Parts: sequence; structure tokens; C-alpha cells
Amino acid sequence: MTDEDTRHLPLEDFHQVAGARFGAFAGWSMPLTYPPGVMKEHLHTREHAGLFDISHMKLFALSGPAATALLNRACPLDAGALEISQSKYTFFLNEAAGIIDDLIVTRLGDDRFMVVANAGNAVEDEKHLLTLAADFDARVEPLDRVFLAIQGPDAWAALARTGVETGSLLFMHGTEPRQTWFMSRSGYTGEDGFEIGLPEADARDLVARLLEDERVQWIGLAARDSLRLEAGLCLHGQDLTPEIDPASAGLMWAIPKEVRAAGHFIGADALRSILERGPVQKRVGLKPDGRQPVRAGAALIDADGHPAGHVTSGGFGPSTGHPVAMGYVNTALAKPGTKLFADVRGTKIPVDVTPLPFTPHRYRKG
Amino acid sequence: MAKTYFTEDHEWLRVEGGVATVGITDYAQEQLGDLVFVELPEIGRKLAKGDTAVVVESVKAASDVYAPVDGEITEANATLSADPSLVNSAATGDGWLWKMKLANESQLDSLMDEAAYKAHIG
Repeated sequence: MTDEDTRHLPLEDFHQVAGARFGAFAGWSMPLTYPPGVMKEHLHTREHAGLFDISHMKLFALSGPAATALLNRACPLDAGALEISQSKYTFFLNEAAGIIDDLIVTRLGDDRFMVVANAGNAVEDEKHLLTLAADFDARVEPLDRVFLAIQGPDAWAALARTGVETGSLLFMHGTEPRQTWFMSRSGYTGEDGFEIGLPEADARDLVARLLEDERVQWIGLAARDSLRLEAGLCLHGQDLTPEIDPASAGLMWAIPKEVRAAGHFIGADALRSILERGPVQKRVGLKPDGRQPVRAGAALIDADGHPAGHVTSGGFGPSTGHPVAMGYVNTALAKPGTKLFADVRGTKIPVDVTPLPFTPHRYRKG
Repeated sequence: MAKTYFTEDHEWLRVEGGVATVGITDYAQEQLGDLVFVELPEIGRKLAKGDTAVVVESVKAASDVYAPVDGEITEANATLSADPSLVNSAATGDGWLWKMKLANESQLDSLMDEAAYKAHIG
């Protein structure tokens, strides 16, 4: 990709003023860190409130009499069973039940939904949705929004101070607090928090007001990654790919039993046969011994030296104080407590299969 | 008297009596961010210029630090095992990485002095 193709955040000037160090991610020039650095940014989010510019992510508004039917086809989801304002973590699957993308779908009205998709897959997702939509009486509208996340125990109070009330909104619910705004109580850190899509002019006002609050700090993509990894959340492109199905990924909780049984969604047959014979590998948490991080791509071997799987995400957990990782291992080795070894530049580092998350989720569920 | 040299890969060498103390520059530590682990070299290991001597790991990534000249490792900074963040807080002081006995002192001639290095990083 050439420099001219790199996309720039609408609020880039804010990040420049804040002293961000930028790097390329999914075709965007993104703030990776700010002057406090990844460690302090990470801890600040868990203690107070971190503000993330995630405008690289894509929002799609779906509407029309068959919007529900379209979603039921595109995702392993019963969109009609969602209450208004309820959000659901789901996927676009391919015919082989591989995960094209992971998404959050929120029902905003009888036949209106918001779909939030990953930056790296935005183009493919749009094509996929539009192709499917041709068979349904439904409209797919990619939205042009600034998308912000505010995460951490003080997130709600910081928003309230700016006049954005979040009081009755619970985890995995979303609303339109103002016309052209979309706000859900959700995130990618394991903390209580919100994701807000809004027009650029409104975003400039909101960000300026939020940053007056000393509890609120900009947080870069580096800490976003360490936060989500500690929280055991998957990154599409690493932990999830079009070659990985929801059963192997340990994400079957996202697919209701009735939806599986009815099998209306793309990939239903493939997923059924994967479930019948059992996934070959499973996603697990991995805790390396000592302080040396074990990173994506590292091979895993069992106690006898046989191949056991591989690491898909790994780094250091600033809150846990030790390295954290996740990866895929042969199903027989997926039980917590199983001792494996990761090959890091020729050194065999002992790792324990461990339950996820590494840091407890602190969602506001009611 | 000790003399300090710099490389294009953002390392510094302080040379005294045929032994170089090697570390990364302040510019380099800032680029890497918070370090969480330093993989130190074995004493006695012989390195050719360009060989990976040390791996420094930040929260996000692992980065190689190369031998700036030929030589043999005589000491590694063991305090970094307990406190790798010393490289961030004192890159050109207590955060040194290793010491090496130089095999060919004439290789130092191709390295930069501080003024040239400052021009290099702009």
C-alpha cells in the first residue's frame, strides 16, 4: 500500500496535539501510543477512563422490512429475538463456517439495526452484506462517523459530566442518544465502557469536553491490544480468521442453540458437521513462565516434543504483571493446567494452558 | 580515555581499553516503548558485526539488537533481568546491555560520533 492510500482519522489533529506516535494498521494511520506509553495508558484505562479513537472501524446501518431476515442469513443470529436496544456479538461466516469477521449487531427499532465491523475487513464486509442484501428487501448503509470508545470505571461519570447520560444502559445494549449518534455499552478492554459513533463536528466537541476531565486520557492501539488480550478477547486476523470456525474458537456461546438447530445462516451445515466430529483444535489462554513474552506465530509443543499448536496473540500484560498469550492447541491438550512449551527463537519456554480472561471482566450487567 | 561511538541502528558503544560497553540510544528506547524483557547474551559468545546479540521485548514487540562490531561477549547487564525498564529510564547509563572485547578496533572508524548521530536522527 502506498502512502497516498493510507487513510487518516478525521480527528488526527487531536492526536498530533496529544503527541501520539502513529503507525499503520489495516490501511489507516493510527495512534499507537501517546507520551505516557503503553504501560501507563493500559493501567490508566483499568483505573480511570481511556479514550480511544476507533474511527477505523466501520458502522453499517441496516433497515427495511427484511433487515431481520438478511441478518439471520448473514449471521448465526436470531435478529428478530433481540429486544430493541439489545446488542449481540456475532459473526459473518463463510460456507465452511470460517469467520469472515466478528461483529456487534444492535437492534435499534423493529426493522433497524446497527452493525459494527472491524477495520481490516470493512471492505469485504460491505461487499458481502451488499451481495446478500440483493435478495432481501433491506437497505445497507455504510455510515461516515467518528467512532470513539471510552473505557474504564470512570467512563460513565466522564460522559455524564459532558451531558451524555448513560444511567440505564446496560452492558451489550445500544441506543441513539441524539440524532445521528449511536452509543453502546460495550468495548474491547474487559472494563465497563461505551462506544460512540457520531458526526465529526459533534465528536470534536465531545472529545474536547472529555479531555478537560483529568480522569480521561487518550489511549493508543498498543494498549488497546494489551487490554483486549488480558480480557481474553479475540483479534480478527490473528485469533480469528476465515479458516477458523466458532467451535474451534470457543465462541459457541455467541450462537443460540435454536439458531444452530434451525440452520438458516450461511455456514450452518459446515458448523453442524464440525460440532458432530468435534473441533480438531481449540483456542485457549496461555500463561508463559517467567517474564519473557511469547508472541503470535510461536509454535507450541507438548511435553513429549510433539507439535501441539501455535500462538495467535501474545505479549505482556501490564495489569497481570506477567506475559499473556492465546492460541490454538489440539483439543486433547486444551484443558486448563496442561503444560506445553513455546518455541521462542529456539528456546523452549514452559507455558500453562489457562482459563481466559487473565483479568476479570468488569461489565455493568444490571 | 573512553570514547563513545554510535551506529545507524541506534546503538551506542563506550570503548575503553579494547572493551566496548554497548547499549541502545535514548531515541531507540523511546521508539520501542516500555521494555518488559531483555534476552541477554552468553558470556564468551563470539559475535560478528551484524549478528543478533540481544533481543529486547516491549509490551508489543520483540526487537533485535545487533553486534555493532566483531568481538566476544565479556559481560551482560544482569540487573536487566529483574528490571528491564532500566533501558527506558537510563538507556545510555545503567541500562547498558553488554560488554564485548573488540576483535578489530579499526571497525570503530566506520561508526558515528555523537554529532553525526544527532544529525542522523534529525
